[in-house]
Amino acid sequence: MSKNRRSTVNRLSAENVTLAYDQRVIAEQLSVEIPDNSFTVIVGPNACGKSTLLRALSRMLKPSTGRVLLDGQVIQSMPAKKVARTLGLLPQSSIAPDGITVGDLVGRGRYPHQGILRQWSTEDERVVQESMRQTGVAELADRYVDELSGGQRQRVWIAMALAQQTPLLLLDEPTTFLDIQHQIDVLDLCAELHEEQGRTLVAVLHDLNHAARYATHLIALRQGRVVAEGAPKDIVTAGLVEEVFGLRCQVIDDPETGTPLVVPAARKARVGAGAGAEKTVATEAS
Amino acid sequence: MKTTNRAVRTPGGLSVRLDVRALTVVLLLLVAALTASVVLIGTGDFPIPAADVLRTLFGEGNAGQEFIVNELRLPRVLVGLLVGASLGLGGALFQSISRNPLGSPDVLGLGQGATAGALTVIVLFSGSANQVAAGALVGGLVTGLAIYVLAWKRGVHGYRLVLVGIGVSAIVTAVNGYLLTKSDIVDAARAVVWMTGSLDGRDWAQVWPLLGLCAVLVPLVLCNARGLRMMEMGDDVSYALGVRVERVRLLLMVAAVLLTASATAAAGPVSFVALTAPQLARRLTRAPGPNLLASLCMGAALLVVADWLSQRAFGAEQLPVGVVTGVLGGVYLLWLLVTERKAGRI
Amino acid sequence: MLVDSPPEQRAETAPAPPTRRAIRAFGLVLAVAILVLVALASIAIGAKELSLGQVWHGLFEDSGTYGDVVVAERLSRTVLGLLAGAALGLAGAVLQALTRNPLADPGLLGINAGASAAVVTAITFLGITSLSGYVWFAFLGAAAVGALVWFLGGSRGATPVRLALAGTALSAALYGYLQAVMIMDDAALGKMRFWTVGSLSSASDSIIRQVVPFLLAGMVLALALSRPLNAMAMGDDTAKALGANLNRTRALSMLAATVLCGAATAACGPIVFVGLMVPHVVRSFTGPDLRWILPYAAILSPVLLLGADVIGRIVARPAELQVGIVTAILGGPVFIYLVRRRRTAQL
Repeated sequence: MSKNRRSTVNRLSAENVTLAYDQRVIAEQLSVEIPDNSFTVIVGPNACGKSTLLRALSRMLKPSTGRVLLDGQVIQSMPAKKVARTLGLLPQSSIAPDGITVGDLVGRGRYPHQGILRQWSTEDERVVQESMRQTGVAELADRYVDELSGGQRQRVWIAMALAQQTPLLLLDEPTTFLDIQHQIDVLDLCAELHEEQGRTLVAVLHDLNHAARYATHLIALRQGRVVAEGAPKDIVTAGLVEEVFGLRCQVIDDPETGTPLVVPAARKARVGAGAGAEKTVATEAS
Repeated sequence: MKTTNRAVRTPGGLSVRLDVRALTVVLLLLVAALTASVVLIGTGDFPIPAADVLRTLFGEGNAGQEFIVNELRLPRVLVGLLVGASLGLGGALFQSISRNPLGSPDVLGLGQGATAGALTVIVLFSGSANQVAAGALVGGLVTGLAIYVLAWKRGVHGYRLVLVGIGVSAIVTAVNGYLLTKSDIVDAARAVVWMTGSLDGRDWAQVWPLLGLCAVLVPLVLCNARGLRMMEMGDDVSYALGVRVERVRLLLMVAAVLLTASATAAAGPVSFVALTAPQLARRLTRAPGPNLLASLCMGAALLVVADWLSQRAFGAEQLPVGVVTGVLGGVYLLWLLVTERKAGRI
Repeated sequence: MLVDSPPEQRAETAPAPPTRRAIRAFGLVLAVAILVLVALASIAIGAKELSLGQVWHGLFEDSGTYGDVVVAERLSRTVLGLLAGAALGLAGAVLQALTRNPLADPGLLGINAGASAAVVTAITFLGITSLSGYVWFAFLGAAAVGALVWFLGGSRGATPVRLALAGTALSAALYGYLQAVMIMDDAALGKMRFWTVGSLSSASDSIIRQVVPFLLAGMVLALALSRPLNAMAMGDDTAKALGANLNRTRALSMLAATVLCGAATAACGPIVFVGLMVPHVVRSFTGPDLRWILPYAAILSPVLLLGADVIGRIVARPAELQVGIVTAILGGPVFIYLVRRRRTAQL
């Protein structure tokens, strides 16, 4: 059965996974498909399990039951480097080793393509240059990572993930700590990678409006369950936002792109609607 | 400018500019270690000029010199080089795995574990030198195993490793203190010399096992060095890049424990080499990453130079080499800290 | 590269909810009660057992019986244990907060090495052999090294990593010197091997009188530092934003820790593990608020130290085990258990 499905099925999926840290269960019996060639964005309130899902999809977290499949194989059973050539991850927090330069750090993304006897090919060189150019950090190549601003640093880490040259790329909140201009820069970059290079992207984003504008496929999570999934235009409604985030709002057409735009209801209209309003959404719309 | 540098393809690094520096440092340290070795072989009650030492080493010396060089002094120098290299490499591994510049085998209690083994043999059994070495080896390995098992909890977190190591170290240090107060003054004096670390009277019997071990472990460690470099960016990133984090960590820790324990068995817990050599190496190469090869060479150079100083610097009184490594390494590290501060780094 | 893990729970700026505060305050009272019991046990138990009646008699109705002499001797030992224990616990807590490194203890900043080197100098080169003679040397050695580490660590620009490295480097050099002297001079070895394990048995009124002013001053200073250190725990930038004076806090913390460790080490020798372990244990139930950590550490450290001292007297009767040895053997497993129990060790 699974053999039959493999030709039609998507490259990355989670089947009935239960995700837990120690004894704390985050999600039970969760199934998710990442459509090939999509820009999938996972949204949901704080602590709904969206980062945990991303960790499971990227094999950082082993599901206690169920399985994550990559190209039809259980991801844990595949050779580590083989996975790393197919699927890249940008974690939420990363440590830059002391005194490392930007070029050096980006170059480390080439690890899965290298071996003992093939440590630094011309191809590696080219890809690193290309990744730095795409993210606009090429002129920073000789600078130390510790000296960079938060936005520059985030772009360097993205460049590292790009240098890994994987058809699938997972990003855990790539826009946190960035100002609005750099947030848009990063998201534009993601869209470009998706549209022009045909990569499949999966990102966890905090900002519902960013998600609605950039995603081709949206997955809304609440308390470890998928509440809705599909194209933003089809699923983002006032009802869904209220169900997922507990926020009363209007959904209008984005004047720039025509995608759904979530406008939280005015404070007075929301009185009694309960707490838990997403702060980022509120500030965005104001 | 960097691009042209990079066009020169050298294995081992990402940026050739950094690489050239690291490579130069390694070569210079190697030259320093070997030069010091030749000088050290020529040093003693019967001094031999460096040229004669070299001639003898290549098999063209006279009979008397041949005996002194090949039978008496060469094995001692070789033990020094090997012990220094093992401690330097072991220290670099531990500091990188624990992501803590203080996470050296001294701090984690491996040295103390080996000492406990050796002290047990000295104090309770008045054993021979070889038995003491065996005791130290067993003590070091058992302590290393205990630390790993106690720190294991779905993987070994670098931080937990250091903390557990400190706890184990405190217990074992207390046992050592107890053994020392229980001993008579003759055994105590012997124990203190052993605890300082000494190369006195080392012969070929110590060289071969150490050389064999290094011949296996050093290539093994260097093959896994790239994985270790990735791990400095955190477990998540390195895992995402395809490093089998837990396996690399276990492998390298076993190697580091074996290197440290056998070096300690051969020469005693020579103070602070494992702690200072990687720090010194890192500051000389100015490269991120574990700097394994540079630490190894730095350890060897440090120990041989210290052994030469310990024989020469204090007149007739010969000190165990561990005294000098402590002073030398400590002062050098202080000097680096001060100059770096002036240069505005760190 | 020392791990600066940000505190998982932020030190509360708002007062804790009343129930939690009440529990913590009750715990503190309980700790004091335990301390009193341990102190009484320390007076009653030893090579010659005393009944509580005899202890009472010796404490309050001095009439020169044999029991009273024993009480007087054990009393000074107990007082020293109380003071030194509190000093070590406070110093450890302050140093760990200052360096944001849970490995920080007097040994890390070179204070033990300074005291040891000074004592061995006094024995070998100045011919001083009495314990009360060492005290000043140990204290000065500790203070000198503390100051030196501060300046080498960058004084105004001191960072946790630099302080730790400077302390380690200086320790390396001083221990080299110490060992050299011990190897060349058998008399020094004979004395130092007992001094370096740490013991309360040397307690006498004259020693206590010498160190008490320093210990008390250090304790007051340490307790007064809890608020600024709380602010610093949230990272340099946040602390600055909160209006904390980083340099002054760092300098005063170093001063407090040096005075406390120096005086305690001078009186009992280097007892290493108390200052490292107790703040860890305390933090596991108080959370990261130094306003609670410091008082708890000041009370529970002497419990550990005196308890270990009593046990050392019982297990090896009629001889005794040095307190430094017992503390580590008792405390080590507890420490490892705590490290394992928590998800990640954090400050």
